[in-house]
Amino acid sequence: MRQVFLDHQSSTPVLPEVFDAMRPYFTEYFGNASSLHQHGLRVRDALKRARQQMASLIGAESEEEIYFTSDGTESSNLAIKGAAYANERKGKHLVISATEHPSVMNSLEFLEKQGWTCTRVGVTPQGTIRLDELEAAITPQTVLVAVHHVNHDIGTIQPMREVGQLCAAKNVPLYVDCEASAGWLPIDVKEWGAAMVSFSPHRFYGPKGVGVLYRNRKARIVSVIHGGVQEGGRRAGTENIPAIVGGGVAAEIAQERLSQRVAHVAPLQKRLWEGLKLNVPYIQLNGPEPGPHRISTNLNLSTEFIEGEGQLLLCDMNGISVASGSSCVSKSLKISHVLGAIGLDHALAQGNIIMTLGKANTEADIDYVVETFAKIASKLRGMSPMWDEFEHGVIDSVIAPTGRGKSFSQHAAEVSGKSAH
Amino acid sequence: MSETYTLYNSTVMEHFMNPRNMGDLKDADGVGEVGAAACGDIMKISLKIKDGRIEDARFKTFGCGSAIASSSMATELIKGRTIDEAMSFSNQEVVDALGGLPPVKIHCSVLAEEALKAALEDYVKRNPSAAAKVATTDSVAA
Repeated sequence: MRQVFLDHQSSTPVLPEVFDAMRPYFTEYFGNASSLHQHGLRVRDALKRARQQMASLIGAESEEEIYFTSDGTESSNLAIKGAAYANERKGKHLVISATEHPSVMNSLEFLEKQGWTCTRVGVTPQGTIRLDELEAAITPQTVLVAVHHVNHDIGTIQPMREVGQLCAAKNVPLYVDCEASAGWLPIDVKEWGAAMVSFSPHRFYGPKGVGVLYRNRKARIVSVIHGGVQEGGRRAGTENIPAIVGGGVAAEIAQERLSQRVAHVAPLQKRLWEGLKLNVPYIQLNGPEPGPHRISTNLNLSTEFIEGEGQLLLCDMNGISVASGSSCVSKSLKISHVLGAIGLDHALAQGNIIMTLGKANTEADIDYVVETFAKIASKLRGMSPMWDEFEHGVIDSVIAPTGRGKSFSQHAAEVSGKSAH
Repeated sequence: MSETYTLYNSTVMEHFMNPRNMGDLKDADGVGEVGAAACGDIMKISLKIKDGRIEDARFKTFGCGSAIASSSMATELIKGRTIDEAMSFSNQEVVDALGGLPPVKIHCSVLAEEALKAALEDYVKRNPSAAAKVATTDSVAA
């Protein structure tokens, strides 16, 4: 069976050259960077080189502005909690977009329990932050604005230059989560005027176990993990040298090959969406159309009258790896908060599938996915009472309303006794 | 990949991939459609009842793998049972027959129980004479 990995937003395989670069740091160069002897000094050099590679990828001025953490989540926690605690005396208010990653949303929720207040700025139905709302949300007590570069679910590219200008005009530091964009879109921290930027190499063919936080010299943060004075005293704990070395090499290669990789995936993204649109009735794309406002790796789809986990499982049984923002795949039984924030109908959120492309995907893969997905949708619709009821005019389509029947959500509320969300 | 890993155990996967009794029944004697407020899944069970016994059962489900497997298993289990027996059907039977469900998915089996009981209630409503024979009608979940 053909195997098609379409979940590159979750992770990517380590490049052979990255793995080769890492290998000696497990066995031969095992030293601790805090040691003062040859073993320690050798890995310090490797650390410095990796910092330079990371700095170069995002246009940072100096490698001294790069901090290593364990992953993207830790970087977000350090950026948000670190800035909140460091600037407590200035004010206790933070502003974020409503579609940030859970590592940002939940760090904020934690701070709210500690007495901070937060404003979540709304987005358009395409997932773009509302700049007027952002401007209105910033107060003299605001110590940080957090807006991600690209949304992890729906692939929306945020207008970072405008967000940066707005924050600069209000003199509030800006933190940009670049987890979904680093290695796939050019990043220029200076152009945005970003105080902090985070990303992790396992999204662009580097290893897991390392995250990066860029911090502009002027941005104040305190450590949230306490111990030794690693990473300039801002992140205690022994550095994961093999992962950092591998991450650095992955960053260097990503920078070199960025336009080549985009030139490969962008046509596949279009082919996949065009193919699905043509072969699967009642399917819709969430987020912007492929083009300048959407990252070229991501498609977020809602297939009506069927549920996402079933689609995911059948894709998997056919060799296709995808993700879903449906309530059924979440441990909390809630739909993805991103789909909620763009105002997606609950029935469409339940039929959600996320496909993210990578450099190994081919046109033949895409054609196989289109063909297989059409069969999966029709198999699940054959089992779905909603499809039946749509065909009999009991409920209507949200994607292409016919004007007959009630809405899916209304029907669902009637049979379950209350509305799902 | 040489080995296949699955999200659910092999029985659940088998019922999801090859569901039993999927579809509708022409001239069903009772039909129940229920939704899960928690996640939004919807399940419909149709019954053919003859001489106080469930002769045939079919399901249609809008929901995840375990919801589809639960409805498939529930319809398998209730075929041949009397209305009285079916009235005391419990979701635990579905869970046990499927060899267990993840804790967060137990509500899928509850939905199957509710769909079955809604179908029985529909039957009783349509056949008041049968209702008189069924002492436990009051316990039927709405």
